[in-house]
Amino acid sequence: MNELSASSRIAYPAAAAQPRVTHRLRGLSDRALAWLFITPTILLLLAINIFPLIWTIYLSFTNYRANRANVPTRWLGLDWYQSILTDPDIWAAMQVTAHFVIWTVIIETVLGFGLAFLIDKKFRGHGAWTTIILLPMMLSPAVVGNFWTFLYQPQIGLFNYVIGFVFGRAPSSFQMLGDVTLSPWAIVIVDAWMWTPYVMLICLAGLRSIPDYIYEAAEVDRASKLRQFWSITLPMALPFIMLAVLFRGIENFKMFDMVNLLTGGGPGSTTEVASITLKRAAFESWRTGYSSAFAIILFVTVFGLANIYVKALNRVKSR
Amino acid sequence: MKTSLKALVAAGGALAALGMAMTTTPAQAQGKTITLCWAAWDPANALVELSKDFTAKTGIGMKYEFVPWTNYADRFLNELNSHGALCDLIIGDSQWIGGAAENGQYVKLNDFFKKEGISMDDYMPATVVGYSEWPKNTPNYWALPAMGDAVGWTYRKDWFARPEIQKDFKAQYGRDLAVPKTLDELHDIAKFFQGREIDGKKVYGASIYTERGSEGITMGVSNYLYDYGFKYEDPKKPYAMEGFVNSPGAVKGLEAYKELYKCCTPPGASNSYMSEGLDAFKSGQVALQMNFFAFFPGLYKDPNVGGDKIGFFSNPAATTQATQLGGQGISVVSYSKNQNEALQYIKWFSGGDVQKKWWALGGYSCAKSVLNDPGFPNSAPFAGEFLKSMGMVVDFWAEPSYAQLLQAEQKRVHDYVVADKGTAKDALDGLVKDWQAIFKEEGKKF
Repeated sequence: MNELSASSRIAYPAAAAQPRVTHRLRGLSDRALAWLFITPTILLLLAINIFPLIWTIYLSFTNYRANRANVPTRWLGLDWYQSILTDPDIWAAMQVTAHFVIWTVIIETVLGFGLAFLIDKKFRGHGAWTTIILLPMMLSPAVVGNFWTFLYQPQIGLFNYVIGFVFGRAPSSFQMLGDVTLSPWAIVIVDAWMWTPYVMLICLAGLRSIPDYIYEAAEVDRASKLRQFWSITLPMALPFIMLAVLFRGIENFKMFDMVNLLTGGGPGSTTEVASITLKRAAFESWRTGYSSAFAIILFVTVFGLANIYVKALNRVKSR
Repeated sequence: MKTSLKALVAAGGALAALGMAMTTTPAQAQGKTITLCWAAWDPANALVELSKDFTAKTGIGMKYEFVPWTNYADRFLNELNSHGALCDLIIGDSQWIGGAAENGQYVKLNDFFKKEGISMDDYMPATVVGYSEWPKNTPNYWALPAMGDAVGWTYRKDWFARPEIQKDFKAQYGRDLAVPKTLDELHDIAKFFQGREIDGKKVYGASIYTERGSEGITMGVSNYLYDYGFKYEDPKKPYAMEGFVNSPGAVKGLEAYKELYKCCTPPGASNSYMSEGLDAFKSGQVALQMNFFAFFPGLYKDPNVGGDKIGFFSNPAATTQATQLGGQGISVVSYSKNQNEALQYIKWFSGGDVQKKWWALGGYSCAKSVLNDPGFPNSAPFAGEFLKSMGMVVDFWAEPSYAQLLQAEQKRVHDYVVADKGTAKDALDGLVKDWQAIFKEEGKKF
């Protein structure tokens, strides 16, 4: 035993048990020991992530229905994929999803960055304001869904009252959740209300990571505030903004709970986002094979778009 | 002192033992408890009260799993499909019977009925077909009719009785304001009340079912479709739907339902079902309310709109008269580990006295001994209308694929009625196509 290891034993008494452990595991190489430690994690990952994914891919080629386990499973090949990709209702749901994702991401990014920019100015009471602004994202989507259902109520809802008051209309003269034109915007408003603070938080981290000396150098060069914003603030915060866009884009592509509570996909199918269609096929109609194929299509879409986006993000970061 | 202390301890012990003996129910003594699954609504509370007698008689304890209507099908169909043993007994919706029977989720009760002398002839025929039989109209029983129900209507009797309102109505429509006999009359009444001010408050015509997520709008629109001649299939050729689902009469019925929705419902009623209807009526917002009879005992007791202020009527006629069947049968879940105890419950529940008490507590018995009693129509203000409704009920498909069939109708009808997409003919033509595709996938020939 060398001097260093002896001093280590003195400095860290817990290490005294180490020789006994190595003694017990004598005969195992470092590599084997490493495998021993990571195997449970890999098995868990295989069991709860990889196996279900492979199983879903397999089911997507069959007529399997989870509620009719006694019916023989038949191989259908690409039938479900063909049927989904040529179904106008599915494309309508994808359009609804695209509308929801695009507008929520735009609104949340603009407002989130704006709020972060203001909060970063460290005015008096900015800590308290930050906490207040963050409150909506701390609520459960179920609570938010129910809460906004009341706010949108044409007769007693605060939202209708305020809009009615501002525009001089009777509050009950319009309905946010029951109107074909307004309901897609109703769900965008609620999502923006809930998740703008999240975007703000990420943007704030980006703004606070910009060193002060860069602004000081810009001041010395007599750069205007606007020039500083375009040449320093925005480019340096851009990777963070893009990260926020990525997170919100993926999350909203999968959006289910809040929309389900607010409109249930209605009126008609006006707000039926892809995840609601998927849930109906999987757990109401029990078309397990069909819904597996749809889930795989959605997964590939998100995965593909996210990959393209991450590549763009990396390019921005490396600039 | 020592003696008295001993005596005190002994007396205390005796008292405690006596107390324990008195509070220990036979159920605890036997140690068996069964779980009954149903929807969370007024009749479920009545059943809890009723079932205390079962525990007292048999010593079997009862646990309950009640789920709100909007999640009821999701929750319990998931439970059955995943072979869960949570429910020993389930009061499942009438449309589940086909799937539950074919997928082996319910215990077939024929042998049990025979052994225990329970005869389906003792129950109202519509409830036997609706709640117990699969395939329909064959003597294969999977449930005991438990809770008879149908869609009916309530109205504000006190508003109808006001002389000034009577006078206005007569001036406008040339007849007395009375309980509507036809859907056209109902439309007139709803239109008359829409936006009217009563006691300084703006009121509306009618609360009807428009819910999108589960089964709401289908349960509502059916009352109009049936009345105008809609049929699910050709009576002579099963699964042949062309010309029956989308018949000219059915198109007219769908248009009439949309007209009622557009003209005469409260603002924001685009996603209303049972509880929204109850809220609208109880808060004095509407003159008419479409809802299941199951809620009527509770409404009659309501301190604000119940008693003399409320009246009840069955679904009015159009070219014919029918109404949507509600209600459920009680089944034993085949995955239950307590099937014997669950069957004991069914045997007990089928008893004549139990059925009488069930009705008295607020449940709707399906037993002829209760419903055919000469005193039944006058036993409650809604009893006569209930009896009339049970004689003209029609149910939705009860096929194993009922959920898919229901979803298709929910989408097509909501798209037309609430979201203004296309015409009534487009909606029903589309529905025929959807249903044909579903039956084709099921291997049905038509």
